[in-house]
Amino acid sequence: MNKRINPSAMQKTLIRRETISAYLFLAPALVFFVGFVIVPMVMCLVTSFFDYSMTEFAFVGFDNYKEMFQDDIFIKALANTVLIVVVAVPTVTAFSLWVSSVIYKMNGALCSFFRCIFYLPVVTGTVAVTVVWKWMFNKYTGLFNYVLDSDISWLGDSRTAIWCIILILFTTSVGQPIVLYVSALGNVDDSLIEAAQVDGATSRQVFWKIKWPQIMPTTLYILVITTINSFQCYALIQLLTSGGPNHSTETIMYYIYYQAFKLYRYGYGNAMGVILAIIIAVFSALQFKVAGKKND
Amino acid sequence: MKRIKATPYKVIAAIVLAALAFFFIFPLYWILTGSVKTAAVINDAVPQWFPLSPTLDNYQRLFDNPALLWLFNSVAMAVLAMALTCVTASMAGYALAKKRFAGRALLFSIFICAMALPKQVILIPLLREMSFLNLHDSMWAVILPTVGWPFGVFLMKQFSENIPGELLEAARIDGAGEVRMFTEIVLPIIKPGIGALAIFTFINCWNDYFLQLIMLNSRTKLTISLGIAKLQAEMSTDFGLIMAGAALAAVPIITIFLMFQKYFTKGITMGAVKG
Amino acid sequence: MKNWKKWLSMLLCAGMATGLAACGNSSGAAGEGGSDASGDATAITLWTYPIGSWGDAATVDSIIAAFNEQHPDIQVSVEYLDYTSGDDQVTAAIEAGTAPDLIMEGPERLVTTWGAAGKMVDLSDLWDDEALADISAVSEAVVNACKSSDGVYYEYPLCMNAHCMAINYEVFEEAGALQYIDEETRTWTTEDFGKALQALVDSGVETTGVVYCGGQGGDQGTRALARNLYSADFTNEDHTEWAMNSEAGIKGLQQLADWVDAGLLSYDSGAQAADELQLFANGTIAMSFCWNASNESNYAEQVDFTAYAMTFPSDDGVPELDGGIYGFGIFDNGDEAKIEAAKTFIEFVCDDETQGPESVVASGFFPVRSSFGNVYEGSDQEERMTVFNSMMPYLGDYYNVTPGWAEQRTAWWNMLQNIFNGNDLEESVNTYIETANAATQAAMGE
Repeated sequence: MNKRINPSAMQKTLIRRETISAYLFLAPALVFFVGFVIVPMVMCLVTSFFDYSMTEFAFVGFDNYKEMFQDDIFIKALANTVLIVVVAVPTVTAFSLWVSSVIYKMNGALCSFFRCIFYLPVVTGTVAVTVVWKWMFNKYTGLFNYVLDSDISWLGDSRTAIWCIILILFTTSVGQPIVLYVSALGNVDDSLIEAAQVDGATSRQVFWKIKWPQIMPTTLYILVITTINSFQCYALIQLLTSGGPNHSTETIMYYIYYQAFKLYRYGYGNAMGVILAIIIAVFSALQFKVAGKKND
Repeated sequence: MKRIKATPYKVIAAIVLAALAFFFIFPLYWILTGSVKTAAVINDAVPQWFPLSPTLDNYQRLFDNPALLWLFNSVAMAVLAMALTCVTASMAGYALAKKRFAGRALLFSIFICAMALPKQVILIPLLREMSFLNLHDSMWAVILPTVGWPFGVFLMKQFSENIPGELLEAARIDGAGEVRMFTEIVLPIIKPGIGALAIFTFINCWNDYFLQLIMLNSRTKLTISLGIAKLQAEMSTDFGLIMAGAALAAVPIITIFLMFQKYFTKGITMGAVKG
Repeated sequence: MKNWKKWLSMLLCAGMATGLAACGNSSGAAGEGGSDASGDATAITLWTYPIGSWGDAATVDSIIAAFNEQHPDIQVSVEYLDYTSGDDQVTAAIEAGTAPDLIMEGPERLVTTWGAAGKMVDLSDLWDDEALADISAVSEAVVNACKSSDGVYYEYPLCMNAHCMAINYEVFEEAGALQYIDEETRTWTTEDFGKALQALVDSGVETTGVVYCGGQGGDQGTRALARNLYSADFTNEDHTEWAMNSEAGIKGLQQLADWVDAGLLSYDSGAQAADELQLFANGTIAMSFCWNASNESNYAEQVDFTAYAMTFPSDDGVPELDGGIYGFGIFDNGDEAKIEAAKTFIEFVCDDETQGPESVVASGFFPVRSSFGNVYEGSDQEERMTVFNSMMPYLGDYYNVTPGWAEQRTAWWNMLQNIFNGNDLEESVNTYIETANAATQAAMGE
């Protein structure tokens, strides 16, 4: 009897001890996480049901959410945001995969040289990168119009402005994926590739049948990170176009800022934030689902 | 690895790659050269590809502002955020990856979900919190939310998955305590990960322009990013001055990146690939 | 590798140390502030927007030094805002409860925004009979702009100016376009303005002027231009509705669109006033719509032609210029001692017989008090400032105090973008009016 009870009792204490030690290890991170992410997040969720501004604080139920979907500018911002994501995410992923597949076989120095080059815009700093692009896009003194011998207000034309934003976003987004892909490709099992080549597989077949499945986790990670980044594109807009011209570069992130900081409509801004968070979560979950299936 | 055949595809790829490299380097080149150009050259419609008559005038005007102090603030802030994040995230990541306890799955999903949250959304509540804690207009108002951001925990959890369970088991049987196990077994294994997280956090904190903007007021507490943004006044666009500021902001962080680049690339990949 | 690690750890330690030091400092400062309030010295903070040299530390420091000679018991620390991010910082500070004691700007912020939100202190006691009479003698509009719709003063004004435009005199001369301006009064009619544009284009000027609409920066220029062409009102008399959808307003905007279509004028949805001014200073374009005394002195070094200040063209030749009224407001931070100290500072800076005029000169604009007379008399700026002074009588209605101002500004530049991008003009104007009026109603309802 004793022998039967003792192990389970011991197991229980072991489990309890493990749980306690786990939470002790988690405690410091949890303090910061709960204190400066979860608490404000909950406050944000709660206040999204209020008419909350510098002077008001009144419960309005779902009014903020209802207003959002009758707000033409919000709809436009949503469309622009989706456009940015839909364009940027695949191009960033495909581009970085291509670059990586070219450079990963190069010798060490050359490979790390290219990796650094593509990482450069990230480390240069958002503000610094943005201001130099602003200058290069300038209609009168900018480089683009000189080189292309054109007379285009790049950031001032509703047909070009959003593409300029996407271009800059692109250059600041490919750095990390390239680093990831280079090492993922380097980790692909060489013996599998050699075996396939012996069997007469073309390099295209080798790529899709052998390498692609093996780098799938990396791809997934890149997709999610790039999606989140693209959804949250904000500083570029603030420093370059203020959402114009004709709201053609208005993103949800910028519109939230505009409502909260220019019009002091915190409640409305928070409601849009909640919706944006849900959209991002849905997008990410979809990617996991789709990519996960292919992986199986 | 060794087979190098000069197929047409490879030649074209090399050329395209070189062109792209140029395209990615160019903005930085334009910042650096722009910072030593005179106003007349900068405002000319015909660009000067290389500064023929370099001037330090822009830097002189830049240092009329407390630019070095701003730079120092940026560095101090980013380093502190980096250190705190590395400590808290590596501990938490280890616990999430290697320990079995009630609420583990739930906790991890909360961390993941929070990553999808747009940071700007929580700014107004954060402001309230910081003012409650009497920290508004101090660098801690920027550091604390940065440390709380769940990405670090997520990354370190991925790294900690690499720790062989047997190793921990063996140490436990040897009678090692939790603390010793962490410092002597876990830390050495996840070190590259910490390197990657360090650079990530540093860059993120450095670039988080908006958080800095609303949390900091005093001229003496500004960061270099805020400083450059401030140099763009409403009634004049002084690109020379702005480029000097941008150069001052970019060069230190690029130097640090290049120094730790190996660490970083090794670290960043080990963890993330695990998916 | 080993060295780098050492390096990193050193960096970490240094960072930690400074962080702790900074933390210690901030809590220390807070403690001091508390004891100061109860003791003999009061510490107040002043935030200024870049109004002339009021955005410049050297000038402001000397003003504070002069203040401390008379009031050594009040410490003033200053932060300098810019127009790009300044509003966000003030918003953040208000929400965080760290708003400054004193702030320097115009009625659209002090009265319409923060005053209406109940964040400001009633300054009625500063507006004594003497001040009221002295300021009314210059302009009744200033007095009205400084108080809210229910008659509470939230701003105590220091200086004012009239925003105008400028032309490149030499380019005009070469094009034979000087005949279209009245050099005596610096006015011109809409018809002559059109002819001047034509003459400039005929003489080979590539870009005559740019109607900038890439954001709100310097938007008073585009407002004044569109408004004056056919003497339209920007709002109704009570400042409760926006009025550019009137016949005259639409006609003016249509005229601008026609000139743009005919290649006589340009627009740029990517440019704000700063960009336009730079082009003007470079000599790329022949006129700027965002001129005033302060911009003239800022760009003096870069300009190698005669930047000739002009009023905006109007159908009857009598322009109505947009004004700026700059002064101080006090945030209600609940500390009586600080509020009193802030008022003492305002009185010294704005009302003192010797300091007052100097404070005005620092702004580069004109006094709101008639007793100050010509503050530039005898200085090397006298001649230059006389020109701008001669435009002050054209100062029009100060409609900037209309509630919903911030939202209207965004709607305005979006409307211009719409028009110039070829959308239906009347529809664009109506959208603008609807958006702006909705904002005004919402703001007045609160």
